[in-house]
Amino acid sequence: MNISVLFAALGGAILVWLFLLQRLKTKPWVEQGVIEEGGAVNAAPERVGLWVFLAVVTSLFGLFAIVYNMRSQFPDWRPLPDPGLLWANTAVLILASVALQRARGAVAREDLEGLKPNLTAAGVLTLAFLGGQLLVWRQLIASGYYLATNPADAFFYILTALHGLHLAGGLWFWARAAGAVWKGLESRPVTEVARVRLSVTLCSVYWHYLLLVWLILFGLLLST
Amino acid sequence: MVVAVALILLVLATLAFHFLSPWYFTPLASNWGLIDLTVNVTFIVTGLVFVAANLFMAWCVIRYRHRAGHKADYDPENTKLETWLTVGTSIGVAVMLAPGLVVWGQFVNVPDEAREFEAVGQQWHWSYRFPGDDGEFGNVDIRHITQENPFGMDPDDPTGRDDILIASPIVHLPVDQPMRAWLRSRDVLHDFAIPQFRVKMDLVPGHVSYLWFTPTSVGEYEILCEELCGFAHHTMRGRVVVDERADFEAWLDSHPTFADTMERGLGDAELGQASYALCGACHGQEGQGMQILNAPAIAGMDVEYTARQLRYYRDGVRGTHPEDMVGATMRPIMAAIPDDEAILNVSAYIATMPAQPLEETIFGDVERGERIYGSCAACHGANGEGIWAVNAPALAGLNDWYLAAQLRNFRDGIRGAHPGDLYGDQMMLMADILPSDDDVDDVVAYLNTLSGGTN
Amino acid sequence: MAYVAIADRDQHLHDPDTFITKYIWSQDHKVIAIQYALTAIFVGVVALVLSLLFRLQLGFPDTFNLVDPNQYYQYVTMHGMIMVIYLLTALFLGGFGNYLIPLMCGARDMVFPYMNMLSFWVYLLSVIVLLASFFVPGGPTGAGWTLYPPQAISEGTPGIGGGIVLMLVSLAIFIVAFTMGGLNYVTTVLQARTRGMTLMRMPLAVWGIFVATILGLLAFPALLVAAVMMTLDRVVGTSFFMPEMLSLGRELDYGGGSPILFQHLFWFFGHPEVYIVALPAFGIVSDVLSVHARKNIFGYRMMVWAIVLIGALSFVVWAHHMYVSGMNPYFGFFFATTTLIIAVPTALKVYNWILTLWRGDIHLRVPMLFAIGFIFTFIHGGLTGLFLGNVTVDLPLSDTYFVVGHFHMVMGVSPVLVVFAAIYHWFPKITGRMFNEALGKAHFWLTLLGTYSIYLPMHYLGILGVPRRYYAYGDTDFIPASAQTLNSGITVAALIVAAVQVLFFVNVIWSLWRGPKADPNPWRATTLEWLTPDTPPKHGNWGPELPEVHRWPYDYSVPGEAEDFIPQTEPPHAGVVAGRDHGVHH
Repeated sequence: MNISVLFAALGGAILVWLFLLQRLKTKPWVEQGVIEEGGAVNAAPERVGLWVFLAVVTSLFGLFAIVYNMRSQFPDWRPLPDPGLLWANTAVLILASVALQRARGAVAREDLEGLKPNLTAAGVLTLAFLGGQLLVWRQLIASGYYLATNPADAFFYILTALHGLHLAGGLWFWARAAGAVWKGLESRPVTEVARVRLSVTLCSVYWHYLLLVWLILFGLLLST
Repeated sequence: MVVAVALILLVLATLAFHFLSPWYFTPLASNWGLIDLTVNVTFIVTGLVFVAANLFMAWCVIRYRHRAGHKADYDPENTKLETWLTVGTSIGVAVMLAPGLVVWGQFVNVPDEAREFEAVGQQWHWSYRFPGDDGEFGNVDIRHITQENPFGMDPDDPTGRDDILIASPIVHLPVDQPMRAWLRSRDVLHDFAIPQFRVKMDLVPGHVSYLWFTPTSVGEYEILCEELCGFAHHTMRGRVVVDERADFEAWLDSHPTFADTMERGLGDAELGQASYALCGACHGQEGQGMQILNAPAIAGMDVEYTARQLRYYRDGVRGTHPEDMVGATMRPIMAAIPDDEAILNVSAYIATMPAQPLEETIFGDVERGERIYGSCAACHGANGEGIWAVNAPALAGLNDWYLAAQLRNFRDGIRGAHPGDLYGDQMMLMADILPSDDDVDDVVAYLNTLSGGTN
Repeated sequence: MAYVAIADRDQHLHDPDTFITKYIWSQDHKVIAIQYALTAIFVGVVALVLSLLFRLQLGFPDTFNLVDPNQYYQYVTMHGMIMVIYLLTALFLGGFGNYLIPLMCGARDMVFPYMNMLSFWVYLLSVIVLLASFFVPGGPTGAGWTLYPPQAISEGTPGIGGGIVLMLVSLAIFIVAFTMGGLNYVTTVLQARTRGMTLMRMPLAVWGIFVATILGLLAFPALLVAAVMMTLDRVVGTSFFMPEMLSLGRELDYGGGSPILFQHLFWFFGHPEVYIVALPAFGIVSDVLSVHARKNIFGYRMMVWAIVLIGALSFVVWAHHMYVSGMNPYFGFFFATTTLIIAVPTALKVYNWILTLWRGDIHLRVPMLFAIGFIFTFIHGGLTGLFLGNVTVDLPLSDTYFVVGHFHMVMGVSPVLVVFAAIYHWFPKITGRMFNEALGKAHFWLTLLGTYSIYLPMHYLGILGVPRRYYAYGDTDFIPASAQTLNSGITVAALIVAAVQVLFFVNVIWSLWRGPKADPNPWRATTLEWLTPDTPPKHGNWGPELPEVHRWPYDYSVPGEAEDFIPQTEPPHAGVVAGRDHGVHH
């Protein structure tokens, strides 16, 4: 039932947005000539594409969260212990997000020297987070919590794996941006610099989003 | 133009099919006349829309088809018309929805005076349980299921001792008595449906669902599984017999309670040994069989299967088809073992006899037989060992000539067609996959290679 | 900053120079569209052949013996899954979506051409994985296209070895492919429309595809979640969906899972999926009707709102597939109400199609015939949906042939008629050649009458109580012998319908080779795809200059104009026409 509420809200929001923004009430047969359409559409396609993708990811994780919630009501649910390492990992991921935010600021100021260390730090911290998650897995396996032991364990592995995969995908884009930055941007054509800029900005959006997803997942895991 | 005429003809043909064809609801046999009423309301509303919309479209195509010099109107929208259509449609929808919700409210709420029974589904059988005198069902758990306790009754639960167990796909119900059916599955999803009663509901393992109805006319009705439950889904048939109340009570009393079944157990082989002398005359004292007398080897056959077949011979369920000459020879013998307990005992004795080596008499294409047997293995076991939990006897260890004869009998309706043969219709349906005698020989040849062991 | 359409910016298109980059490893949306369409039609033909095999079993159970029960359920399952996902979804969005969005919006290509290309190859991979399941031991899964656990992965169902796993993996791969394509379609519609192409000036075909893609992007994750969890249940032994059970005498290691949870996830995807197929069909048929009736689509705004509203509502009706699933029966009240509400915008669309014909100037060419056929079958399928959506009426009818008849009418025949309408309609643009009108008409008549005589009787079998998914019926008291005769008739009709599709393939192939050269705008339509400088359009679509849009896409038979259509690129004519707002009746 909560799925329906969530999606009705989402659908309603999209509907309202379309109404406000795009004047769905216009009578297109009356107006003629070129109409300039401004507003949110005036953005790089990559940016819009990312936001659409985030909507898809929201649907994916949202559904997992709902299913998690429903399945955890059944009597055979045996919650996991909360590995302390998860707190450390969470802190690392927050730092990665902060570093990327600083990189984004540097890029906006065209401060290439400030960009390099922050961008690098973001990548290293993200890798550290992924490594930390793997460590958590090893700890759990060592203490006998396998994938098939209990649905609570299975959910933990699936959700962390899925979240990790999304971060790893982000790292690919990060690597391309970082590679370009380290080779030096000064001698590059303007369009390419703009692309790197966009890339760093979008990376930061994606990282913040995945941090948010992680915090919600972590909360969910702690609450059961 | 032609398309307009075609539209009109299609509408007329649809109406003609609706009113003139012989295929419509079966006569109602339960209290759910309101469901039929809701369906009819829906038919009227949707029928009117169907006719009106299509005829109007046909008229438009005729009236406004392209002709030289004709120009279309410029007509972007007509808010008034669209509003009216919205309002009209909403009214039509409300007319259908309102009775739907009211009747659903009745379906969801079971009347207090309803009696209860439980329908248990499994791949691919039905069985039933009635609460005993205490009016309460005992606890069940599939972990308790054994051949002695096929319902998985909790032996420590006192409320279950008087539960009446119907280990048969046929259930009787009293007429004009509201009945709540609790629905329980012990493996996959199934669905309890009786077309004449109009209602149906899925059985979900790990969960108990329900539905209710009042049978209103005495007679026999088929219970169908209507949720895909594996490849033999279409063979999962049951039967409900609606009786006058007294007949129903008598029928119910003739069934054992859980306590009875535990006491009786699976027969006493020692007592059965004495009766076996008579059987041994044809089947051999070691149960090795004699082909010349058409008596198959029976040593080691499953006790419940043997007992069931002996009861069938006794009651004329088996061996009475005019073409079943061999089966008919069993009928007079059974007069010597009249009661259920003696039958169970001799069956128990047969089950204890060690299997005898068999001579191969049928040689077919074993590989082809293996492919065909894929459809049999689910119930009879990959090694032909039989699975008591699905009432399927072992096939390995039986004479090939006997198996071939029985398969042909099932296919040709010589065996299994009697309404008293509980699982016969299932074998008849499955034997459809053996249309030629070569198919029978191939699968039997493959069975000759099976050990009967459970891996 | 003034509005600059992305399409106007310096988009570097990869200029294909070799055969491979032009036709195989191509990033051109038109080539990708054709690759998608050909692959989808190929698997569709496979699924059609499967349906004939099991129809022969149903129609003549004692005659042919081509399939045993295992194969019967395997073919039924594969037929359903292929038709819904790998044919219809892929063809409408990957095929028509790819071809039409950039052309109708005035873009040079999709905004992410490389990802678009990957989308096709990943889709092809999903098809290969799916078809591979025919060749693994045990064969493909026979769990029914709904793949309900526990039977989908427990003994007694065919294909529980490799078959079901390959099916789930293939679905996951398909979802990846769809997401890559879908991001493109949505972003292209939002970002790459040409100057003057406001959202409310988009043809309804683009609207339908656009909203359907959004539905897909939000709904397919539910299937992915279900597929991942079921794969783990099958392969690793988790118990997400699997309860404690005694499977054919063996107690399994599962315990505590909920089969109904799977059904919720499946239908949370499955119901929007109906509209993922239906909305593009709605959009395309609207455009075809308008062009060939020489009249603007009636109530354009209402049509757009209805598409958006239907899309939003489609997420809150899923459990109407589960009225008798054993879920909490009180859900029935809610879902019956939402389901019947969704009928209102859908009915309005039908009214508006018919009102488009009303006072039109109807040219009954082949695409138009298919569009009118669609309205007829869709009215029928939509109305029978009101039976199944209404919880009480569903009680006797669910899981019977009524359901089979209904969803084939609404999701099989109707969209396929639109597919044919669309192919005949855009064939001249896509290939630069005209098809054969007579063959096209023959194809239409035999297909419409044939399919109707397949599916109309099925509804009545269902009312009689004949259950679906039965390999054979045997002797059943309430099913008269005449019903078996009817079943044989249905099978004969199905064989005929399948055979006449040869007319279509012959027409396409012959016309490609020998068809007369097509006019760039043979139907005298207003929308941008007909205004390309080349027919078929070249890579980059528009030559040096992008088109500029000055009006909505439905300026047909405008009063006071010499021609009965005004292309979208035509600047306003001097002198405002009186009555544009209110309509003019002759």
